Amino acid sequence: MAAAFAARGLVKRFGPVTALDGVDLDVEEGELVGLLGPNGAGKSTLVKIGCGLVRASAGEAHVCGAPAGTRDARTVMGYLAELFRFPGWATANELLVLHQRLAGSGGGAAERAELLDLVGLTEARSRRIETMSKGMQQRLGIAQALVGTPRFLFLDEPTSALDPGGRRTVRRLLEELRRRGVAVLLNSHLLSEIELVCDRVAILSRGKIVAQGRPSDLARPRGVEVDVDGATRLYEGVGRDQVPDIVAELVAAGEQVYGVRVLETTLEEIYLEAVGEEAG
Amino acid sequence: MSGIPIVVDYSLRESFRRRVFLVVLVLTAVFLGLYALGAKEAFDAAERQYGQGLVPVDEHELVGATMFGLSMFGTLFLGAVLAAFLTLGTVRGDAERGLLQPLVVRPIGRSTLLLGRFVAAAAVCGAYVCLVYAGALLITWQVGDWTPDRIVGPALQLAGATAVIAALSLLGSVFLSATANGIAVFMVFGAGLVAGLLGQIGEALDSETLMNVAQTASWALPFEALYQDGLDAITADSSGFTEAALTLGPFGGAQAAGAFLWPWTLGYLALVGTAALGAFARKDL
Repeated sequence: MAAAFAARGLVKRFGPVTALDGVDLDVEEGELVGLLGPNGAGKSTLVKIGCGLVRASAGEAHVCGAPAGTRDARTVMGYLAELFRFPGWATANELLVLHQRLAGSGGGAAERAELLDLVGLTEARSRRIETMSKGMQQRLGIAQALVGTPRFLFLDEPTSALDPGGRRTVRRLLEELRRRGVAVLLNSHLLSEIELVCDRVAILSRGKIVAQGRPSDLARPRGVEVDVDGATRLYEGVGRDQVPDIVAELVAAGEQVYGVRVLETTLEEIYLEAVGEEAG
Repeated sequence: MSGIPIVVDYSLRESFRRRVFLVVLVLTAVFLGLYALGAKEAFDAAERQYGQGLVPVDEHELVGATMFGLSMFGTLFLGAVLAAFLTLGTVRGDAERGLLQPLVVRPIGRSTLLLGRFVAAAAVCGAYVCLVYAGALLITWQVGDWTPDRIVGPALQLAGATAVIAALSLLGSVFLSATANGIAVFMVFGAGLVAGLLGQIGEALDSETLMNVAQTASWALPFEALYQDGLDAITADSSGFTEAALTLGPFGGAQAAGAFLWPWTLGYLALVGTAALGAFARKDL
């Protein structure tokens, strides 16, 4: 089966600026992949090429086996833009009706009710969009992206306007999507969010993928901390495998061991190492 | 292309539910009210001065045609304003505001979206100018007992003219921001108007060069040729000094364009549409 999203040698130049410089990336069916990178790294450009909003200068991208931007690709995907706006005169329900018609979805009122429930907007179904807060509009945007039961979702900064409660709603939603087997490419600045929900991360810097893999695979051992009587001792450069030996030595030396922690690099440290001076 | 009715439906809802529609209704009512007042005064003045002129001109015909010509100009202007407002931000303007992207990533695609937008704008503007035209016709008939020699043709030509303006505005919207496109559309509209006035001056001075320039410009901007042809049709049966006086009227020379006008207009729309679709298909959003 084809990957939900596959990019091969993707290059995009805007005049003299190279936004993407040979990007290879796969998102398998049902997989949640987080896309990280500093501002201007090319994340949104990559997502836009996948959606068919921007044409690649070289290379190719496929969505569920169909060339990105074609009708077949657009039929199986959903998209939430980083900067989007919906017509203020429409209600939440009307917006979903419009997108059902545009997507050719036969889900009807049941699909709309389910999507509004999923993003916590059931009560607001008849509210005009111009009267909604930015957070509500963002959640409506996610519901809109899910119209037509897409197999693959591009979410570009889906939590940028949300408060902590709203972010938790989106995290639960992503977990629900995973349960349903929907693949997601999630572009976000929030490392903790990516770490919590994504199966894999890809870090983009200056238009290139500089690191990708499972967060646990990318993490490196940083040492072991041991709580002994009245103090905490740090053993740098050792990993989990050495913990029994360290504890045995301490006990043999007459120390009381109260706790042991294996330290690993956090996603933030991995990210900062990967993007180097571009960060910040 | 099966998605066109969906986009048309969406665009029509948008047209009727945005505040601009209310503004257009109010302005139209003001325009027709002023027109009724002006037409009554003009017909009354013509009645008082009947037979006092030095040349044998049918004052009633002259006043009726001039006032109705004025109403056609006003109708075209309002139709052009509406066409521009409905279309000036369709591509770049809506893309900059983030309204366009959620729509074009749907299976219907870009060409369907643009064609649907055009059909909706042409339908709204066409219906609007026909209604305002009918209102002015009723007012002229009521206050001056005057009706144009041709009734349906000029209305259709005004509708066609607004469709051309909508198409040009959609083409402009692919390249220009909403504000810049609005300015460009009204400059193009003004250029058409100037072409009509040049033609009049050329006719008064018997300058073939000016008349050729005016004719070329009005065919390059066929909304002007349609307007001039419609203006000519309202006094198609006039003759003698009255016809000469009407030809020199103040709102762009009335010029019969001939049978080639509509095929040319349709071909022109196809050319503008092809250019807009081609540019939109290649545009990064």
